[in-house]
Amino acid sequence: MAELVKLSINGREIQAEKGALLIEVARRNGIEVPAFCYHEDYSLQAACRMCLVEIEKTPKLQVGCTTPVAEGMVVHTESDVVKSARKGTLEFLLTNHPLDCPVCDKGGECELQDMVFRYGAGESRFVERKRHVDEKQWSPVVFFDAPRCILCYRCVRACNEGMGVGALGIGNRGMISEIIPNHDDHLECDECGACIDICPVGALTSGSYRYQTRPWEMDHVGTICAHCADGCKTTLGVRVDKIVRGNNRDRSGINNEFLCVKGRYAFDFVDHPERLQSPMVKTANGHEPISWSKAIDIVANKFGVTVLTGGTFGVIGSNHTTNEENFFLAKFAREGLGTKNIDHHRTGDLATLFDALSGKTDALATSADVENAKAVLVIGADLAQQHPFLSFQIRANVRRHNGHVHVVTTGPVREDNQAVSRVRVQKGGELAGVESLRDTLKAEVNLVIVFGDAMQGDALRKLVAFGDSLGIPVKYVCLVDYSNSRGAFDMGVLPTGGGLSLEQMLAADDLDVLWVVGANPLKNAQVASKKAFVVVQDLFMSETARQADIVLPAASAYEKDGTVTNVCGEVQQLKAAAKVMGAKSDLEIFGLLAKEMGLNLGIWLPGKVFEEIRKTVRGYNVPLPVVATGGSAPTMPLNGRVAALPGSIASANDTLFTSGSLSKYSNVLNAVMEAPGKLYRGQGPGAGGQ
Amino acid sequence: MAKRLFNEPSPLETKVLSKRFGLEGSETLDVYLANDGFKAFLKAKEMTPEAIVDEVKASALRGRGGAGFPTGLKWSFVPRTSPKPRVIVVNADESEPGTCKDRLLMEYDPHQMIEGILIAGLAVDAHAAYLYIRGEYRYLIEKMDRAIAEAYQRGYLGDNVAGTGFKFDLYTHSGAGAYECGEETALLDSLEGKRGIPRMKPPFPAVAGAWGLPTLLNNVETFSAIPPIIRDGGAAFAALGTPKNGGTRLVCISGHVNKPGVYELPLGYPMMKAIYEVAGGIPGGRKLKAVVPGGSSCPLLTASECDIPMDYDTLAKIGSMLGSGGMVVLDETADMVKFALRIMRFYQHESCGWCIPCREGTTWLRKILQRFYEGQGRREDISLLGELSKNMLGRTFCALGDAAAMPTISIVEKFTEDFERYLARETVAI
Repeated sequence: MAELVKLSINGREIQAEKGALLIEVARRNGIEVPAFCYHEDYSLQAACRMCLVEIEKTPKLQVGCTTPVAEGMVVHTESDVVKSARKGTLEFLLTNHPLDCPVCDKGGECELQDMVFRYGAGESRFVERKRHVDEKQWSPVVFFDAPRCILCYRCVRACNEGMGVGALGIGNRGMISEIIPNHDDHLECDECGACIDICPVGALTSGSYRYQTRPWEMDHVGTICAHCADGCKTTLGVRVDKIVRGNNRDRSGINNEFLCVKGRYAFDFVDHPERLQSPMVKTANGHEPISWSKAIDIVANKFGVTVLTGGTFGVIGSNHTTNEENFFLAKFAREGLGTKNIDHHRTGDLATLFDALSGKTDALATSADVENAKAVLVIGADLAQQHPFLSFQIRANVRRHNGHVHVVTTGPVREDNQAVSRVRVQKGGELAGVESLRDTLKAEVNLVIVFGDAMQGDALRKLVAFGDSLGIPVKYVCLVDYSNSRGAFDMGVLPTGGGLSLEQMLAADDLDVLWVVGANPLKNAQVASKKAFVVVQDLFMSETARQADIVLPAASAYEKDGTVTNVCGEVQQLKAAAKVMGAKSDLEIFGLLAKEMGLNLGIWLPGKVFEEIRKTVRGYNVPLPVVATGGSAPTMPLNGRVAALPGSIASANDTLFTSGSLSKYSNVLNAVMEAPGKLYRGQGPGAGGQ
Repeated sequence: MAKRLFNEPSPLETKVLSKRFGLEGSETLDVYLANDGFKAFLKAKEMTPEAIVDEVKASALRGRGGAGFPTGLKWSFVPRTSPKPRVIVVNADESEPGTCKDRLLMEYDPHQMIEGILIAGLAVDAHAAYLYIRGEYRYLIEKMDRAIAEAYQRGYLGDNVAGTGFKFDLYTHSGAGAYECGEETALLDSLEGKRGIPRMKPPFPAVAGAWGLPTLLNNVETFSAIPPIIRDGGAAFAALGTPKNGGTRLVCISGHVNKPGVYELPLGYPMMKAIYEVAGGIPGGRKLKAVVPGGSSCPLLTASECDIPMDYDTLAKIGSMLGSGGMVVLDETADMVKFALRIMRFYQHESCGWCIPCREGTTWLRKILQRFYEGQGRREDISLLGELSKNMLGRTFCALGDAAAMPTISIVEKFTEDFERYLARETVAI
């Protein structure tokens, strides 16, 4: 327990940790000390001079953001001199500010507006000419309007310290100081837009959102990003059923202030003109639209007949659909269709990990563990490209807790910059690389091991044995690719009990029905069975959908309620933000099919299905209020043997700017110059993009 | 003597630091050695570090850069026993308007400063120093490089300084033309190759300065004063000045005087005597109007306030500063609006832009003064100038904001009639 000191703020006796920053102590006690440049996650600047407070026995006003509290300190934050200092600072700030609030994106949610409203003067004494600089476009997604900038340097720090990119700097000096990109006149970066979110004013604006709406005309829907498996919360700004913005300014999710380019901008696939909005049936002239009732009728009929005649089903589930949908699909296949042939594209060897960890508790790391662990070992993954949030957590760990980072990869990765040990290996040599760190890792207090698909089967068992032998607490993160890859595994979209794996289904020549839900297994493959009736539920006319007999237009993750489980096994809630006419959620499609077939698989409302999941799926008895209020609830470890599964495991090696087949339909992801991105800076597998 | 100096010396000077200035070849090591050179270093080598620091404390030497912090005390803050190596940084970023003394010390007697640095090296157990010279003093960088090369060649720098076995390296580093880099922490950032903006204090440079190492940072004149202090004893140096204001300093007198120049005067020297006798008085017998006592950042004195001894404490008592020794004399013909505008142009140009009050405040003040000067002033602008300056004063990140605010406040308050005259002259219309 840190030493406590007593101080007084505005006459209130307050106890605080010795050395804590005055601004933090005040805020924790409900006393507002306004500030622009202060940001609790990044380095201190003391540049904006808004947080000046009066400390008795100190001749000058002091900045609250860099003053540590001390015993007996007597602080005033609302005295006349403090008020007049704030007013003075704001007056200075507004001298060259264009005051173009009526057309500014930030109007209504601008910190400068709020501060002036609360602390500023009603009138301006500035009668001189303002300085004007033309607006600049730095990338398809980032615009900069220098006159609005108050030079708080938050963007510079977020990019440098938070993202580890350092694309922004400061140019010139004095009055003409300006935030500038470090590469000529444009950004070469992650295009994450963190600089835009963190900007207290409207200086940095988003290429996709600017001039779309006023903030108060939007509904703000907090949901989980539909792309990678990290499960970042993104708050979608929805105007008349259309998503116009993704951001994370409220920092309410596990991802704190983090969002990558996909979470912030790549919601635009929802409105892509190629979205399917009607069921389609294959005819001699290609696919033609039919009504939903007709389509359901055809599919239910085919399924029913196949069940009755003892035909063979193959069911391929999705890495993107909700837990409820995965659970219902698995139930549908096993109970409704009587088949064990159900699988999905598996991208990490969860089965082996869970089996190897059976009997252990507390062996699965949460995303918070990645930030708080004393040491993190990254094996065979380019996190900044493939799991940008985990990469952010690692940087946060080093920044806030001085954690040690160890990297074993086939090529250079961004984590090298934070790493205390970097081991380069040939593909397949990861385990030997890890072994070379044995003595270093033994000296750590605890460890989180983050590993990609290089670690599977036997190698993974050896890795767990290696972890056991270190004699320190070790937790694991098995990297998987997509937003609900983990949920698909947990919900049993798996060929357990002797079913056919995904590859086996495609190769089977006697398949009567192939039912593909939200997946694209036929991208580079064919169904061997000539008689197979192919039903596909998807957002777009994918390569798989093009081979389907019936295509059912599905709703995307941003159009439905439910839950998903991220790479760290944290269950979070999806909330419907947009509506796309003609599309139905996969869960509704399952329900309608079940009803048409006369099956009783239970009520198909997401809430009801989640109730059933909590009761029946091992590890999912998570606290409902946590999930229902937008929190994240870690699943419990399985803690029992897990049977080996047939089939292969391979990551699709998506980069920061690709997302399976979804990224094809995101204009933003395709517009940025960095796309499609490279893993291991072009030296490892997946080099040169997909 | 053929040597042409910056200005004719005055017989009223007390020449301690500048005693070699007039000698032919004073910048060479030979002339330096022939005139007491390196005696102090050899003496210091026989002293304990504590004794050196005590001697400097006894001299009552105060920082000659402008802040006037007691030098001996500053030296005692540098942790000699730190596991990190200590470094010395010499602030030769002489940029304060009205100040031109460090350039003479480097031009006419570079080895005196080098010896002072070496003695500081002994005192804090440092073995390297960086001489940060303002970019505009390019010719001085060449002169210093020559002097340093000569010192290396003759064994007064390098692995075996003056045969004592003491190892010391001295490097020059060019500034890039920023007044702000005269602020010690901004100087350190600039020295490290970063953007020259001031750092947060604490930690102070004595604990974590250049590259995070314990750093002793002093002005050129401060280091130059060290050899005489060690050679003749701190007490002798202190006795030249007044209590707590030891020794002499190079006073740069410019403006409306007959003999502008740099004169070495003891601390506590009467200001009126400096103006009327040392600097030869005001041309044409015009009346004194105002004095900038120590560089443009100091609040101005009216003629009636000038009958004082020039030492740190007296100037502080009457609300100004002795500053960097840059004394600007203004006679009755001086237009204080124009003067205020001229110095505000300087501060606006030199504000680093890091913090809001300084960046925006200097610009706004400059714009108002410009407008006033162009005959478009309003009565309310007079009070606005004062209020805005006070909104900067004490609220900026570093002292540059204060430096801009203080003279402005003093001009507006003490010379209001100059502003009134502008109002009377023109019809105001905006």
